[in-house]
Amino acid sequence: MCRLFAITSQDPLSPMVALQALDVMREGHDGSGVGLFLRDLGGPFDEIKDAPILSGIFSEAGLRRLDTYMMDLGFMTKYKLSIKVPKTPPAGVPRRDIYLVRAYEYPEDWDGLPQSELYNRLLETRLTLRAMGDETGDMIVFSFWPDVIMIKEIGDPLSVAKHLMLDRKELQARIIMAQGRQNTNYAINLYACHPFFIQGYSTMTNGENTAFIPIREYLSSRGFPGYVGYQSDSEVFTHILHFAVNRLGLGVEAYKHIITPLQEADLHAHPNHQLLTGLKQTCRKLIIDGPNCVIGSLPDHSLFMVQDRKKLRPGVVGGRPGRYAFSSELCGLDAAIPERDKSQDFQPMHLDTAIVNADRQEVKICSQKDPLHLSH
Amino acid sequence: MQPEGPIAPFSLSIKDLPWQIAWDKDKCTLCGRCTASCPVNAIELGVFRKRQVAPAVGILEAPENQYTLYYGIRQKTDPAYACVGCAMCNMVCPNDAIIPMHGDEIDKLRMHGDRGGQARRRGGRRNDPGSLLDQIKFIRISMLTDPALDAGRHEFELRTLLGRVLPPEQNLKFMAENGWTPPVREIYPLMIGGMSFGALSPNMWEGLQMGVAYLNEELGMPVRMCTGEGGCPPRLLRSRFLKYVILQIASGYFGWDEIIHAIPEMKEDPCAVEIKYGQGAKPGDGGLLMWYKVNKLIAAIRGVPEGVSLPSPPTHQTKYSIEESVAKMIQSMYMAWGFRVPVYPKISATTTSLAVLNNLTRNPYASALAVDGEDGGTGAAYNVSMNHMGHPIASNIRDCYLNLAKVGMQNEIPIIAGGGIGKTGNMAANAAALIMLGASAVQIGKYIMQAAAGCLGSETDRCNICNIGLCPKGITSQDPRLYRRLDVDQVAERVVDVFLAFDTELRKILAPLGRSTSLPIGMSDALGIADKNAAERLQINYVV
Ligand code: SF4
Ligand code: SF4
Repeated sequence: MCRLFAITSQDPLSPMVALQALDVMREGHDGSGVGLFLRDLGGPFDEIKDAPILSGIFSEAGLRRLDTYMMDLGFMTKYKLSIKVPKTPPAGVPRRDIYLVRAYEYPEDWDGLPQSELYNRLLETRLTLRAMGDETGDMIVFSFWPDVIMIKEIGDPLSVAKHLMLDRKELQARIIMAQGRQNTNYAINLYACHPFFIQGYSTMTNGENTAFIPIREYLSSRGFPGYVGYQSDSEVFTHILHFAVNRLGLGVEAYKHIITPLQEADLHAHPNHQLLTGLKQTCRKLIIDGPNCVIGSLPDHSLFMVQDRKKLRPGVVGGRPGRYAFSSELCGLDAAIPERDKSQDFQPMHLDTAIVNADRQEVKICSQKDPLHLSH
Repeated sequence: MQPEGPIAPFSLSIKDLPWQIAWDKDKCTLCGRCTASCPVNAIELGVFRKRQVAPAVGILEAPENQYTLYYGIRQKTDPAYACVGCAMCNMVCPNDAIIPMHGDEIDKLRMHGDRGGQARRRGGRRNDPGSLLDQIKFIRISMLTDPALDAGRHEFELRTLLGRVLPPEQNLKFMAENGWTPPVREIYPLMIGGMSFGALSPNMWEGLQMGVAYLNEELGMPVRMCTGEGGCPPRLLRSRFLKYVILQIASGYFGWDEIIHAIPEMKEDPCAVEIKYGQGAKPGDGGLLMWYKVNKLIAAIRGVPEGVSLPSPPTHQTKYSIEESVAKMIQSMYMAWGFRVPVYPKISATTTSLAVLNNLTRNPYASALAVDGEDGGTGAAYNVSMNHMGHPIASNIRDCYLNLAKVGMQNEIPIIAGGGIGKTGNMAANAAALIMLGASAVQIGKYIMQAAAGCLGSETDRCNICNIGLCPKGITSQDPRLYRRLDVDQVAERVVDVFLAFDTELRKILAPLGRSTSLPIGMSDALGIADKNAAERLQINYVV
C-alpha cells in the first residue's frame, strides 16, 4: 500500500516538508518511487501564475525535439528551473539528463481564445508530447498547466529529493501532494506513478481499484481526448473527478456520490433524492469498489480526501488555520504540523468528504447524507 | 412378434428405444400404480407365459414341460408410446420395483419420431449437456494488495437497472429543465424469464408469482418475472403485484385485448413490457401452444376459442422492417402507459444481434435488449429448431457489450442474457460469468422449473413432453388431475429458496473479487478460461 501526504498552507512551503512526512511513514512504502504535485506556487513562479508550466523528464535529444516542437507552436520560454543532477544517481534512481520545469509564454495566435479552448489546447499539447515521447522514449511529460509543477521519479523519496536538490528556494508551493510508492508491478513506468493530472485536476490514491476495467472502458469511450493512459488503475480517479466537475458541472461534494453512491434507504431519505438517484444510475460505470483513499486537488485550490464505501484504507486530516495536511498516517501529520490541536484531527469515514478550501481556515466535512449544494 | 412375422420399418426392440424399463418381478406387487401414472402409456400390464423343463427324477419318467403364467410390466415398443424416461413409474412404485434406464447407444427411435410425416415436436431444451459458461472461472482474487470482502458481513448492492439510462450530462440537463427522462427500474439481476400462463399450469404460474411477491414484499429483493406470451390473469392485472411483472407481447398478441382493457383499472404500472421477437430455444419460430392445453381458462385469458392449437407467427406480421418493427412497437407500448413503463425487445441470440442493438442505440426509447441463447428452453417446438438453431449466449453477449462500449453506451442499454444459465446446476456462477462478460441481468426459465417444481427435463432428452399437456409433475399441464400434484405454496417456497441461495452464492463470487458496491458488469479482467480460442473470442484471460 502506498503512503500519501498532502499539505495546503497559506505560506509557500518547500516540497521537503511533504517528503519528510512521507519518510516518517516509510514502513508503509518501499521506496520504489515518489511523485510530487505542486500548485499555488511560490518563489519566482508566484509572479507568472498564468504561464503554463511544462513538467517532465527529458534526454538531451528529447529536449531538442521538445524545443523544436514548442517553438513551431509559438511557445516562448518565460522562466525555467534547471535541475542539473550529478552524473551518478543514488542507488535505485535511474540516470536522467534533464528534469524539466519550464514556464512558457502562450503563442501569440492563442491570444483571446476562450479559456475552455485554451485549456483544451494545453491538454492536446501535453498529449502530443507524451505520444512523441512514447515513440522514442526520450521524453516523459507529467503536466502542462499554469501554476502546476509535477516531479516523479523511481527511487527512495528522500534520496530522490537530495539528488534533485528539491530543497532549493525556487521550489515552493502552497499546495503539495506527495506519494511514496509501494511497488506492486515489477517494471515501473513513471506514467503509473501518482499523483495523476488532467486539466487542473489532480488526485493520488492508495489501494487497488477492483472496478478498474469497466471504469476505464467507460472513460475511454467518453470521446474526450484526455481520458487515456491508465498505466495505473488509480488514474481513473483523477479522470472521474475531472468528469464530475468539468463535464457534469458538479461540485467536489458530488464526487463521492459518483464513486460511492448511497444505498437505497439513505438515497430515499436524501433531500436531493432525485438528482442523486439520477447520478447513481447514469454514472453507474464510475462506481468504485475500493479499497481506496483518494486525495485530490482542484483548480480552485481546495484539497480534499475521500474513502471508499467501506473505508478500507487509512487517512487522516488535521492542522491549524493557515495550514492543514492530509496524511495516510498520523505520524505523517505529526511530522508536518506538530503544533496543531490533535483533538481536532479527523479521519474521514465512508460517507465523508473532507475539504480544506483555499482560505485554509478549517476542515469542512461533507457527509453524503447532507443536502447537496449545486455549485453550478 | 413371431420370428417369421412381418417386420415394419418402425418395428423396434426395447433396446432401440432411448429408455429401457427395468422391472423387478420379485419386488413388484402388481399394484398398477406405474401403469396408471405413466404419462405416455409406455408400459402396460403384461401376461407372461413361462415354460420350465422339469427333469425326470426316476429312470422311467420322461422329463416334462411345466407351463406357468406370471403378470408383470411390459414396455411398449411402438414409437408412439416410447418411454420418455420421466421415472414417474419409479416414483409411484411402493417397492422400487421399476426404473427407466438410459440406453447405452444412440437410440433408433429418433429416426421414427416423424411417423405420418409429422416432424418431431417436443418441449424442453437443446439436447446437449455441455456448457461453456461452466468452464469460465473467476480468477482475480483479492489477496493482500486489496482485502477480499466478507460475503456474510459486508453490505452488498446486488441490483441492476432495467430501462434506458441517459448519459449523465443529458440526464442532468433534462432534470434541470423538468424534461422527460426514461423510466428506469432498479431490480434484482436474476429474473424469471417469459413462461406463459398456458404453457405453465395455473398452479405453477401462481406459485412463481407468489414466490416473487414474497421476495419483494417480505425480503426486499426486487425480483421480476415475465409473463411470456399468454396474457395475464385479470386479477393480477388489477392488483398491486403487477409491479413485479413484466408483460410480454409477442407475435400472436395473445392476451393483449384483456391487458389493454385493464389499463384504466390498473393500480400499478407493470415493471416493464417485453416485446418478444425471438426465443433462444427455437429462433425464428413463433410460440406454440398445442390444442391439448387450450382449455376454457386459457382460452378466456388469451381471447381465443377453446381446443385449438395456437401457433404464433415467427415474426410480428404487421411490421416489415426493423425500424417499423422495433421503433413503432416500442413507441406504441410506451404510449399505452404514458411513457412510464420501460419497453424492450427480446431476441434470439444470432449473428445479427449487433444489427438489432445498433438500431436500438439510435432509438431513444429502447429500454434494454434481452438476448436468449441457444440453450434456452421452451414448452413446445420442433425438435430440429431446439437442437440445431441458435447462437451460443456467451459470445453474443460479449459482442453486444463490447460494441456498446465502443460507442460509449455500455451504461445506457442494459443487455439481459438468457439461455442455459444454471444448465448443469451452477446458476450463480453462470450468471456472474455473463454479468462480467457484459450482461446487466440474466433470465432463467428451465432452472426455476427444475428447482421450484421438480421438472424432470434434461439435456439427454428426458421427459420433454411439456407440449402435449401431460406433464407428469403438473408444471406444464392444463389437466387438473395432473396439476393438482403441484402444491402452489411449496412452489412459492422453493422460488424463495432459489433466490436466497443464489444471492449468497453471488456474494461468495463477488466478495473475493473485491466487488460489492455495484454489480461488476463487464469486469472481464476477473474471468479466465482454459480454452485459448474461447479466451480470445471472449477477450478474457487464458489460464491453464
Ligand atoms: S419412465 Fe415415465 S414414461 Fe417411462 S414407463 Fe415410467 S412413467 Fe412411463
Ligand atoms: S416434467 Fe413437465 S415440464 Fe418438465 S420436462 Fe417433463 S413435461 Fe416438461
